[in-house]
Formats: sequence, structure tokens, C-alpha cells
Amino acid sequence: MKAIITVIGKDKVGIMHAVSGVLKDLSVNIEDVTQTIMQEYFTMLMLVRIDEEKTGFRQLQDALDDLAKEMNLSIRIQKEEIFDVMHKI
Amino acid sequence: MTIYKDVLETIHMLEKENLDIRTTTMGISLMDCFGRDHRAASRAVYDRVTSCARHLVKTADDVGDEYGIRIVNKRISVTPIAFAGASSTEEWLLYARALDDAAKAVGVDIIGGFSALVHKGCTRSEESFIEAVPYALAETTNLCSSINLGSTKAGINFDAVGKMGPMIRKTAWLTRDNNSFGCAKFVAFANAVEDNPFMAGAFHGPGEGDVVINVGVSGPGVVKTALEGMEGATADEMAEVIKQTAFKITRAGQLIGREVSQRLGVPFGILDLSLAPTPALGDSVAEILEVMGLERCGAHGSTAALAMLTDAVKKGGIMASGNVGGLSGAFIPVSEDQRMIAAAEDGCLTFDKLEAMTSVCSVGLDMIAIPGDTPAETISAMIADEASIGVINNKTTAVRVIPVYGMKAGDKVDWGGLFGSAPVMEVNGFDSSRFIARGGRIPAPVHSFKN
Repeated sequence: MKAIITVIGKDKVGIMHAVSGVLKDLSVNIEDVTQTIMQEYFTMLMLVRIDEEKTGFRQLQDALDDLAKEMNLSIRIQKEEIFDVMHKI
Repeated sequence: MTIYKDVLETIHMLEKENLDIRTTTMGISLMDCFGRDHRAASRAVYDRVTSCARHLVKTADDVGDEYGIRIVNKRISVTPIAFAGASSTEEWLLYARALDDAAKAVGVDIIGGFSALVHKGCTRSEESFIEAVPYALAETTNLCSSINLGSTKAGINFDAVGKMGPMIRKTAWLTRDNNSFGCAKFVAFANAVEDNPFMAGAFHGPGEGDVVINVGVSGPGVVKTALEGMEGATADEMAEVIKQTAFKITRAGQLIGREVSQRLGVPFGILDLSLAPTPALGDSVAEILEVMGLERCGAHGSTAALAMLTDAVKKGGIMASGNVGGLSGAFIPVSEDQRMIAAAEDGCLTFDKLEAMTSVCSVGLDMIAIPGDTPAETISAMIADEASIGVINNKTTAVRVIPVYGMKAGDKVDWGGLFGSAPVMEVNGFDSSRFIARGGRIPAPVHSFKN
């Protein structure tokens, strides 16, 4: 299953490291990533592939929620299709 | 990543512009539950609803979570209960309680379908049903009711229209301790649609299958934001942007609806794209009209702006999905829309202007508080006017007015939550009773003879 992770928050050292750490622990592969700083805000988008046999969507969501709280960030994970259907004819 | 911009746009819609799936409504046929023994039949109704819908709420929440779009309401619509053929208030109340209890048991906030279709004529059983509606609305909390009084094909059942005023007044009286809230759960329709997922008027039409999932998508905030910053754009340029926005919203709704129906093993019915305001800030249809250039909703030009909005929404929706149905357009419920409330308080939005706007919106006179002493015949006459707009123009119209017990024009009533608050609006004080007393049937219009 492919999903998009969006991370938005005040920029600080180690955000990408922390997020990719959580993904590694849950065997989630990062297929694409883009990151920028917009008005002091760290904004990162990741396209990931979840191996559903190893990791449940909910499990990953919970792990990212915990990290979001710990680092005071907004982290969303959504299945990729939602963006495809809304923006492609 | 090429979809970078699209992702951020979607997230902005979700976080800042209140894009959501307004409702996932499960339609359930009760045809095989009915029989001569109404106690047994009402138990069968309870069992059928609770067994069909037991996973509805959890499944909808799971899907919403995975795609990051909130499904705000989970609801149920059932076969119009008047098909049960009961003959006394006591018997009808068995069904009302069964539905109300079933909704609570599966965790659904509203169940619709305490309804009757009497657009051509009324059976004796249906007459007793109409008498039972006020008691059902007073006794239950999660149950909604509707009656279809006319259609373009059949004309208007003027006898039944005459019964609506007294019925609504009685409901207002029975729920007087709660600002006559019972009336907010009742809709008088013309050209009612069988697959509308939005409450209070949802029911599972007799032409439908066993069980179906219908989805209602909204998003006035998204349309408003899209139009902001279009200063100086022409009307057709605005229409184009509304269309494109409606397309995106519809696509999101279709994805979610199909996923929910697949997981529940239930066919996907229709997607209703209706811009439906809520009392939340920025979730307003009236505000769209203001962004288009009107000082307030209700000013001259409001009908034109609303017509363009409704039409563009439909066009975008049709392009996005082959399953667009229901009412699809824009709702204008006064008490549920912050800017509409403001316009009514300023005296800009009047009852008569609202009636004109209903000829181009997706439904009708919705959530309008009127003085508690409005004569029953006047209420029936409002319904007759609205039904005529629907029947002649081949569109669905509805009336949901609340004659708030003990209140006068200018007072303010607050129902709280989703239903919001509203100023009590002035109504025309001249008498309509001799006209309403005539009864009979208003014949179908000439364009009904298409065959």
C-alpha cells in the first residue's frame, strides 16, 4: 500500500532523522521525499510503501502520532489514492 | 515529486477549509419486515436495522482515518414507514421507537424514514400516520420524518398540504420545552428523491435495493477560498473555478464512499454533492455569495449568484463521478449558516427572498424559525407555495419551518449543535385559510405529459 506522509512544524535539527527512524523500525520503505522550509516552517512530503504483511496502517499511524506529540509537529499519513483521484481527470 | 502541490492543496482544504465527507448514509429496505402484527413487525424493523448497520460507524471511521478525511456523520435511512400500513398512533409509535432505539444501538445520530409518500393520494392508514408524526417526533430523539406532498408527474395533494400546518403546529406545541425542536426533524417535500443521504429528509425509496451506501459530500469553505482572490474575474470565470473545485470534492467523496461500501459488502448507491453549511466559522454558503460580490446574502442578485453556484456545482460533480445523485447543489438552511443568520438579523434576508432563492437552490425553505403563533393555514400555504415551485420547475423542494412556541418575530432561538440558532423571521400576516380549506388536488403541470 502506498501512502503519503506530510510533516509540518517549526524547523529544528533531526526531524527527518526521527521520522525515517520510525519508518525503518516498522519496515516502511521511503520511495520519494521532498523537503523545504516555508516561512520558518519545515514541510516534508514522503511517498512510502507499507508492507501490509509486516505493518498495519493503524500501527504506523499511531507511531507517527506519538512522534508528532514528542517533537511538537503535525504529521499526517494518508493513502495515496486520495490525491490522485482529486487532482487527475 | 510531482504531486507536491496537490498534496498541500488537499491538506489545506482539510485543515483550513472544512472539507469533509458530511455523511455516509446506509439505506435499508424494510419491505420484508412489515406485516399485520405491528408489534412483531416493529421488532423485525429493529433487528434488521441493527444487523445491517452494526459495523457502519466503525467502518466509516476507519476509512476516514486512512484517507485523512473526516466522515462527520454516520446515518441510516429506511423504507418510508407509512408502508407498514398501521392504523393508530399507538401502532405507529411502535415503529418510531424501534427506529430510534436501533439508531442508538448502532451509534448513529440520526435515522430518517419515518416518512410517507402521499403526492397523489392518502390512504386511511397514511392519514393516521400523519396524525402520529407529532407524537413520534416528540417522543424520540434520533428520528427524522418527511412527507412527500407533490410531484411534477402527479401534481400536489392539496388535502395533505392542508394537514401539514396543524401537524407542524402540534409538533411545535408538543416539543415547546425544547424550543419546538421537533419541527426541525420534519420536512415537507415535493419531488422527494429516493436516494438523498442528507437529513432530515433522507429515506430509502421503494425503488431501491436491499441495502445501499449513499454519501453526501460538502465543502462550502473550499469553494469560498477558491473564489477569494478572484477579484475582477467575470461570472463565467468564477463558474469555471467552482466547477473545478466541485470536481475535486466529488472525487474525494466517491473514493471514500466506494471504500466504505466495499468493506461493508454493500453496493455503492449515489454521491450527493451539496454545499451544506454548518454553524462552524467559514463553513457558509452565504459567504460564497458575499465573496462573489454581494454585500449580504439576500441582497438583489442573490438568486442569480445562487443559481450559478448550484449549477456549477452540479456540472463539476457530474464530470467527476457517474454516481452523482440525490439533491446535489447548495443548501440554504438559515439557522445552520453564520452569514445567513447575520443577513437575517440585519433585515437583508427576508422570508420572501428566501422563497425566491429556493427556486434555484437544491432544496427549499430550510431551518427557518417563524413566530409561534403563525396560523396553521399560513404554514400550509407556505408549503403549497414551495411545492408549486418544485412541481412546476421539475425540482425537489422542501419546507422545514419551526413555529417556535411563545416566540415572536425578532426573538432569537438557539437549538445548539448542528442545528444552530436563528432569528425568528417575520411572515406575511395576511390570511390564506380560505384557499387552503379548499383541499382536493392541484393538477399536474402541462409538462408532466411527456410520454
